[in-house]
Amino acid sequence: MMLYPLDWLEERSGLVGAVKYFLFRKVPGDISWGHTLGSAALTAFIVQAVTGVILAFYYKPDPNSAYESIRHITDDLTLGWLVRGMHKWGASVFIILMFLHMGRVFLYGAYKYPRELNWIIGVLLLVLGMMEGFFGYLLPWDETSYWATVVGVNLQATGPFVGPFLGPVLQGGAEIGPDTLARFYSLHMLVLPGAIAGLIILHLYLVIRLGVNSPPWSPTAAGKVQPGPPPPPRAGLVEPRPRGARLR
Amino acid sequence: MDPHRGDESPHTPAPTLWPVGFAVGIACIFVGLIVGPIVIAVGAVLTALFGLLWVRDVSAPYRAEPAEPEPVLEAPAIPAHRGGPAMPEPGEGELIRFPRSKFLEFSTLGLGGVIGGVVTLPVLGFTVLPPFIKQGHPEIDVGAIDDFPENKFVITTFLLKPEEGEVSRRTAYIRNNGLLEGAPSFTALSNRCVHLGCPVQINGLPLDDQKKTEKGVDLIPTAAAAGFGCPCHGGQYDSEGNRTAGPPVRALDRYEFRIKNGRLLLGKTYSVSGVDGTAADAKIHSYPLAGPGQHVDGIEAVLYPLQPPR
Repeated sequence: MMLYPLDWLEERSGLVGAVKYFLFRKVPGDISWGHTLGSAALTAFIVQAVTGVILAFYYKPDPNSAYESIRHITDDLTLGWLVRGMHKWGASVFIILMFLHMGRVFLYGAYKYPRELNWIIGVLLLVLGMMEGFFGYLLPWDETSYWATVVGVNLQATGPFVGPFLGPVLQGGAEIGPDTLARFYSLHMLVLPGAIAGLIILHLYLVIRLGVNSPPWSPTAAGKVQPGPPPPPRAGLVEPRPRGARLR
Repeated sequence: MDPHRGDESPHTPAPTLWPVGFAVGIACIFVGLIVGPIVIAVGAVLTALFGLLWVRDVSAPYRAEPAEPEPVLEAPAIPAHRGGPAMPEPGEGELIRFPRSKFLEFSTLGLGGVIGGVVTLPVLGFTVLPPFIKQGHPEIDVGAIDDFPENKFVITTFLLKPEEGEVSRRTAYIRNNGLLEGAPSFTALSNRCVHLGCPVQINGLPLDDQKKTEKGVDLIPTAAAAGFGCPCHGGQYDSEGNRTAGPPVRALDRYEFRIKNGRLLLGKTYSVSGVDGTAADAKIHSYPLAGPGQHVDGIEAVLYPLQPPR
């Protein structure tokens, strides 16, 4: 009876069935906690997106008011220190989790056929995530931000042939100035999160389509040990419990 | 697939050791960038050799003789614009004809492409071009020439573009060199390190209590300075701006200057590969302004043939 809204939704869209398919899909029985690192990185990204949106309610991307708006968030607004702190530390958490996830995939050989495309998308996600951090670093507009961005942009400008031209494009001028802050804010808030979200969707689609493989040292996958009988089917979100039957 | 490969998946190549040699070659190239060119040459040879062997190994199944193709069991399908019901093939000497569907297809794509271009190119231009247009700064009046004592550096801070506010504050180290053939000679060094752009500090004692501020320009004289040093990565320069130690790739940039009505005006910035001599007798090897980390002379300068307008 309480699940009637879900039945209503499922009949009209199929979404509930899709969520069930995602949550209850089969994975090998001998995988480890390392397989949770990808979801952990996704969670870190979602935290960054949500805290970022909330910070954007109060942050002012103008050189004269940027620093003061962040001080206002941190010192004056209720729990502003918490949201800002989550965003600042969450950035490092996101990058670290991505590296750990990449290491797990590498050590488990989960980049091999047919998952090569997924690996490539993952590398792109890593690069975009680091670029996201670089663009966000300038936004507090204090001395650390400014000089770190000077060095970062100049590093990029030392690239052969096109480097000297890419520098002004990033900076919005020949030097870092007010246009740089606006440019970096747009890239950090709109362009890169959109690109990262799009690639994450593609990455997840491939994970679901291709499935999870056993570790390379798995005796079950090598055929040496027979897998046990499959577990009984679980009661799903919309299957009502039959009256009088007991939960398994 | 290949029968003699057994039940091996066709997508997994056979194990091979050549990538190890390839990786060693790449590592040698990078080490050679620091140690010397002979190691680069050794690395390049190793990379090429093992790369070729690896490619040869991996491509062996594809270069093998192809298996007998399956015999075709039925006639191939013909496209809709050929055969009985379609338009007649052109005869001898006649122009080639296209069916209406092809013409519509091409003209739709073509027109769509033109519209897409007309909409996209101005937007792209707005994204990319403004940083290259009207980028200079006006001349900056940094004070009367009498405010600059001879043979001492003065730390001069000013706003490059006052309408942008504090973010355009820059520092120059200016030394009055006395007279050169009757005209005042100045050395105006930019404090932007030519390694990666950090602010270079003077290796001397700034006399803060003698600071003068006039019209937004600060002048701080210094006691005798033994060159400059960069706090970020340890680059060191001498009092002419030549690099003496550390990762910078050339000498410090300089400002052009002119004297007008007894006041010193700073103009455009230019890059310097090296300075021979000192003070008023200095011979400055000047180049158009290049960004930090970009070589202006030597063999590495081929990597930076063009600089954007500044």
